[in-house]
Amino acid sequence: MTETLAPEPLGDRAPGDERPDRGGILPGLRGYLVGLALAAGLTVVSFYVARSGLIYAPAIPAALTALAVGQMGVHLVFFLHLTTGPDNLNNALALAFGVFIVALVIGGSVWIMYEMNAHMQPMAHMAQ
Amino acid sequence: MTAAAHTNDHAGGAHDAAHVRIVVGYGFWLFLLSDFVLFSCFFATYAVLRDATAGGPGESHLFDLTTVAEETACLLLSSFTSGLATLAAGQKSQLWFQVAMAATGLLGAGFLGLEISEFARFIGMGAGPQRSAFLSAFFSLVGCHGLHITCGLLWLGTMMAQVLAKGFRADIQRRILCFTLFWHALDIVWVGIFTVVYLTGVGP
Repeated sequence: MTETLAPEPLGDRAPGDERPDRGGILPGLRGYLVGLALAAGLTVVSFYVARSGLIYAPAIPAALTALAVGQMGVHLVFFLHLTTGPDNLNNALALAFGVFIVALVIGGSVWIMYEMNAHMQPMAHMAQ
Repeated sequence: MTAAAHTNDHAGGAHDAAHVRIVVGYGFWLFLLSDFVLFSCFFATYAVLRDATAGGPGESHLFDLTTVAEETACLLLSSFTSGLATLAAGQKSQLWFQVAMAATGLLGAGFLGLEISEFARFIGMGAGPQRSAFLSAFFSLVGCHGLHITCGLLWLGTMMAQVLAKGFRADIQRRILCFTLFWHALDIVWVGIFTVVYLTGVGP
């Protein structure tokens, strides 16, 4: 917001906006349809993996986490039109910082509480 | 700022509108990321309290995956139709914008109805938020998402009325951009909820 601002359009794109050369209705529709199909497929696989014995039981949480991260990626790419292009650098950097904080909060809480529970005296023993 | 505005006068209003759209969209994107951080606190709370049932009903006794699958389908389809509304807004098509937004609203309302009936069923079973730390965490996390959906539905109705009354002005287009960002973000949070809360909770 200073005098150094170039009169040319910023080399940035608003989050959620598509590339101008793909702004037509048919390429846009195709993007949303591909996103819907991929997200629906990943959802169906998630529900199937959770209920069936397809995957070794202790590995199910890890498989579900991987499927969920994949589906979030599909939403970001096909619905929010996030790319790794230079016009999306600010959007992607902000997202990376958000993911970093989310991982710290969730991972740190789970880790600390797991360790605390592991080092606690058993409740039944304390009650006597 | 005055110098920049002066330069933009020469470039014309179209560039100015594109610039404002980027700034508004980026600001709203930062808000959404801070909303993800808010949700991460509720997710962390749920993850550490999910076994603290205090002798009350646990996850596998309560959750019904058929309802969850219906909720997920409603929200995914509504995210898709809100994308179609963005395309219609880009084409300045009043009819298709209103149709796509109405479909988004109906699917969102369907999701909310399923969630409210699920909450009512739990409370009817004596598994309300006061029953155990697990249920407090469950109602906080899923209820916070449902509250976001409720606000989104109010916003959706407002956007339909504003486009009807004011047309596709640049400022209205920015609000449509922010609304669809918000709606897609809520679907991303729901992917986390159905995976962490429901699917991991029920087990095979």
